[in-house]
Amino acid sequence: MFVYVPIVWSAYLSFFDARATIRPTQFVGLANYKYLLTDSLFLNSMLTFIVFAVFIVPLTYVCSLALALALDNVGRLRAFFRSVFFIPTACSYVVAAMIWRLSFFNGARFGLMNSVLSSLGFEPVDWLGGSNSWYWVALVSLRLWLQVGYYMILLIAGLNQIPTDTYEAAAIDGASGWRRLRYITLPQLRATSAAVLMLLLIGAFQAFDEFYNMLSTAGAYPPYARPPLVHLYLISLGGSQQDLGLGGAGTMILTAIIVVFGLAQNWWVTRPDRRQQ
Amino acid sequence: MSSATSSTSAGRMVRGRSGRVGHVVKIVVLSLLAVLFLLPFYVIFRNAFTSEETFVSPDWRWIPDNLHFSVITDLFSDSDLDLATAMMHSAVQSIGQTVLTVAVSFMAGYGLARFPNKATGVILKLTVLTLMVPAAVTFVPSFIMTSEFGWIDSYRGLIIPVMFSAFATYLFRQSLLGFPKELEEAAELDGANPWTVMWRVVLPNSMGIVAAVSTITFIGAWNAFLWPLLVARDNTMTIQLTLSRFMTSQGIDYAQLFAGALIAIAPVVIVFLFLQRYLVQGMATSGLD
Repeated sequence: MFVYVPIVWSAYLSFFDARATIRPTQFVGLANYKYLLTDSLFLNSMLTFIVFAVFIVPLTYVCSLALALALDNVGRLRAFFRSVFFIPTACSYVVAAMIWRLSFFNGARFGLMNSVLSSLGFEPVDWLGGSNSWYWVALVSLRLWLQVGYYMILLIAGLNQIPTDTYEAAAIDGASGWRRLRYITLPQLRATSAAVLMLLLIGAFQAFDEFYNMLSTAGAYPPYARPPLVHLYLISLGGSQQDLGLGGAGTMILTAIIVVFGLAQNWWVTRPDRRQQ
Repeated sequence: MSSATSSTSAGRMVRGRSGRVGHVVKIVVLSLLAVLFLLPFYVIFRNAFTSEETFVSPDWRWIPDNLHFSVITDLFSDSDLDLATAMMHSAVQSIGQTVLTVAVSFMAGYGLARFPNKATGVILKLTVLTLMVPAAVTFVPSFIMTSEFGWIDSYRGLIIPVMFSAFATYLFRQSLLGFPKELEEAAELDGANPWTVMWRVVLPNSMGIVAAVSTITFIGAWNAFLWPLLVARDNTMTIQLTLSRFMTSQGIDYAQLFAGALIAIAPVVIVFLFLQRYLVQGMATSGLD
């Protein structure tokens, strides 16, 4: 009920002009959709998502797969390393943003990154100020740190389902480590990988907490680096605009995009079966 | 583990001397990464117990220079920050959400696993579909509905709209599919009705997956930000909101803020350290595919 009613309501509301009210006032048809789809701010938020996803999805996948493979035969320290890489999952984006914003990527000279840079003889960088694009480094590294352990665990679960005798057979055939990875591990991990990539993509699409907490200042959010949810929040509830009709239309567009992601993933996972038929 | 007979899971090879060197290199690299992963946690600690002058000095110092317990006690006596109240709000919200989510998803998951017919098949498909549309994306209409009910700034508003978790239901279903049916049949022969079977037989024997789902729900609830940002006001202000508000305001007391962060992550880290074993097992047994 709390899933479907809101979607239906926002579909309904999206056809109306509902500024600063939750009751539809005037029927405007598709005007809200038309406005959003031609609004450069909304399109920019989509671009922000794409840039973010292009960095964070492959990076997290490769790093968590590398960790999962590395831990697979590390021996007695396995449980210890697994816990260490997994534990950032327990940290909230708010606290992580605090560390990243005030310590690691503080634009002042006392920030950790700037201290390191100046000890190497470089000028301090204005990481989050928006005068350059370095804020991406902060945003991507934060999310990478926080979520890589979680996906590592999912991939370890996937690795454990691969039958050991496949590897034994490959070892007898003299297959090298790289070839085993390429021809056994990766194909067998296909379903898990597809699920992980999908979760990563949806996660990136929903990014809000770290953007908001790392970039906004007393009551204001800077004009750059606004992913879709931040933009939706600012136009519908968080800003002065309070346009819920527009918010409803935005919700529908974002929901549609997510459904397309899901269908694409479904197609990708079931593709090899279809080829065999 | 440098012997050739290691046999935990996949990818076992006979290791020669070069293999042993590779193993040592790997341990070193992993150890360096481990330090890097733990660094942010240390930085919270370092910042909490570092004086303002040292914090803003351009020479970064690793060792805290203000290691006094008063940093923590002052934090709780600061009425402006009102940390104790925020912690209490967060505790009620997270524990409430965890209990409700586990109860509802357990029942739903059990129903989907045990009574397969056309209707449950459709429900399962719908569940998977809602997995795809995350609650965060529909925050605008959810907020509208919550305020229609007059639930703004109440625990009902904080918990109920976000307590239905398709992910938790899915995990329970996957896990309960493997539950030995004989146990249930034995209980039925003894005259137990399906309801009793579920609560008295299935639930006590599924504590591993219950612990896993509880951990994941609790962490998510405690760390939640967007939904509380919309719904919580003074009466339900959670710890994440309090920290966020102080971080984004002007004239920050860095040490105080990081001491607050230290307090805020303590409950989750403790829960996590105790229960992560179940989390790992739960995700390993149910799988994603």
